[in-house]
Amino acid sequence: MCQPAHNIEMLRSLLFSSRRSTGRGAFMFEALCVRQQHHGVDHADGQYDGLYPGHIPTSPIQKALLAVGSGVAALQDPYRHDMVAVLGETTGHLALMTLRDRMRGDPEGYTILTERPRIRLSTLDLSKMASLPDGSFGRVYLRFLEDNRVTPDSRVNVKFVDNEELAYVMQRYREVHDLLHTLLGMPTNMLGEVAVKWFEAAQTGLPMCILGAALGPLRLSTSRLEPLVTSLGPWAVRNGRQARCVFSIFYERRWEQSLEDLREELNIEPPPLTITATSQKPH
Amino acid sequence: MAASIRLLARRIVRDASRTINSSVSGRIVSSSCPSNLSACRCFSDGAADKSTHFGFETVSEGEKAERVYKVFESVAPKYDVMNDAMSLGVHRLWKDMLLHVMNPQPGICLLDVAGGTGDISFRFLDYVRSQQERVARRTARANQTPSWQEISTSYTTPTEGIEMETEARESRAVVCDINKEMLKVGKQKAESMGISSGLSWVVGDAEELPFDDDQFDVYTIAFGIRNVTHIDLALQEAVRVLKPGGRFMCLEFSKVTNPLLARLYDAYSFQMIPVLGEVIAGDWKSYQYLVESIRKFPDQETFKQMIEDAGLFSVRYHNLTGGVVALHSGFKL
Repeated sequence: MCQPAHNIEMLRSLLFSSRRSTGRGAFMFEALCVRQQHHGVDHADGQYDGLYPGHIPTSPIQKALLAVGSGVAALQDPYRHDMVAVLGETTGHLALMTLRDRMRGDPEGYTILTERPRIRLSTLDLSKMASLPDGSFGRVYLRFLEDNRVTPDSRVNVKFVDNEELAYVMQRYREVHDLLHTLLGMPTNMLGEVAVKWFEAAQTGLPMCILGAALGPLRLSTSRLEPLVTSLGPWAVRNGRQARCVFSIFYERRWEQSLEDLREELNIEPPPLTITATSQKPH
Repeated sequence: MAASIRLLARRIVRDASRTINSSVSGRIVSSSCPSNLSACRCFSDGAADKSTHFGFETVSEGEKAERVYKVFESVAPKYDVMNDAMSLGVHRLWKDMLLHVMNPQPGICLLDVAGGTGDISFRFLDYVRSQQERVARRTARANQTPSWQEISTSYTTPTEGIEMETEARESRAVVCDINKEMLKVGKQKAESMGISSGLSWVVGDAEELPFDDDQFDVYTIAFGIRNVTHIDLALQEAVRVLKPGGRFMCLEFSKVTNPLLARLYDAYSFQMIPVLGEVIAGDWKSYQYLVESIRKFPDQETFKQMIEDAGLFSVRYHNLTGGVVALHSGFKL
């Protein structure tokens, strides 16, 4: 049985991010992935050059080369999430600034920018979330994580954004991605991912999302393409445009809220189709 | 004589500090350890205080070895792919040139230090085998039209003369590297190429090789010596394990002489190579270290001096690709 790429990324980035977190999750995965630790040279605790931990300052030429290289690598192998991440970071400066300004304009978004919450397995109280009533956002999110066998720790850390606040916005965008899946009711198979990408492209305008939205459908079979073009796609784009900025929501304080309630608040229509989560095998 | 006593003292300290490390890691602590601990702590403290360079960063000497190990542990799976990408395949020509200058004859013993993925050793075995085949072809051709004298001598003497000689002088290559991941990649390559005999893989530190004196005919270190914390110790070890008449050969990145080429090379190194590292191997920092460590390595003349100081003779160097790579060679007499 092959592990989804999500889990592999989770194991990798957990090693970097778990230095400060001490939850059960961190211990479990660290024991499992000593072999994975070869990925990258890690600086000593507390030391980093650049504006934030993990920041690598780059010249414009390097950013351009990175954008081209990571674009090619991501197209060749869409399961290389680190390349998709690098593409997003190197091309997304303007869109990140717009997104940051939108967040600042919203009072809850402003709170997020000042408090800087991070969504991680170690910070989630899983047992409490499991005891929440069915239909509440936290319960549905937990079920989504279990059904699709993913974890919130699978996001690569931001490296190439040269502004500390924008780097946080980028990180927040990545971490909210799974929550978006829950909000929109989309599983993590290819069709669900493309639908979420269309929503994100309409919401954020990040070049990486637009590229993903444009090229994602090329990898879909015609049977899947049909629902995308006829109902899912237009629904995603429409909602992306009309919804409130989804990154301005403090999700960590809204686990008890019912999912329908949250959708209404954000002005998101429920999905026109239910897609079941099939087991995905990275090829 | 003073040098050998110094070496002996250094070895004792290292052995003692190794027993301390092993006892600290939780194995059986003998009653004699506490006294060793206090005696040797003052020696090891000295090493921890001295600083050296890790790329453009300054680190303690103890830390450098550990960080270099982590770099190569991380790059090992994509090492060969990255070499081809960064040098656009030219590294193969450099390594071929090393073998060409070495011109090994069948039957000699090679020690390939920092050999990692085994590029030099594979080339060495290929070269020696093709030499043997050439000799065999020549003798076969000669045997096709033998003179009456040769026919009569072949009736009286045993005919396995030539084959036995070459079998007895089977060439051997020993690949030695401090990093187990690199050796693992090299072993997998050997298996996929179907090479089974004449090659052995040993874990060892270039500053303290696990071999006896006077063992090898040729000692090579290709693109490895700049990662060694104490280059002079590595050179001394090379002199120790070489047979008298043995050859020391070192391939390493060096200073480019032409100023225009130097500027292009710098721009390419600092702009392109870390990007390639990130895109192909997913590891920016290791390749940043690589290009910085090249800048920190002494230039051709200085390195030639260091080799002469270690006790090698007839030291010379060839510049390859305008000085991007220098091939240094010296003999133990």
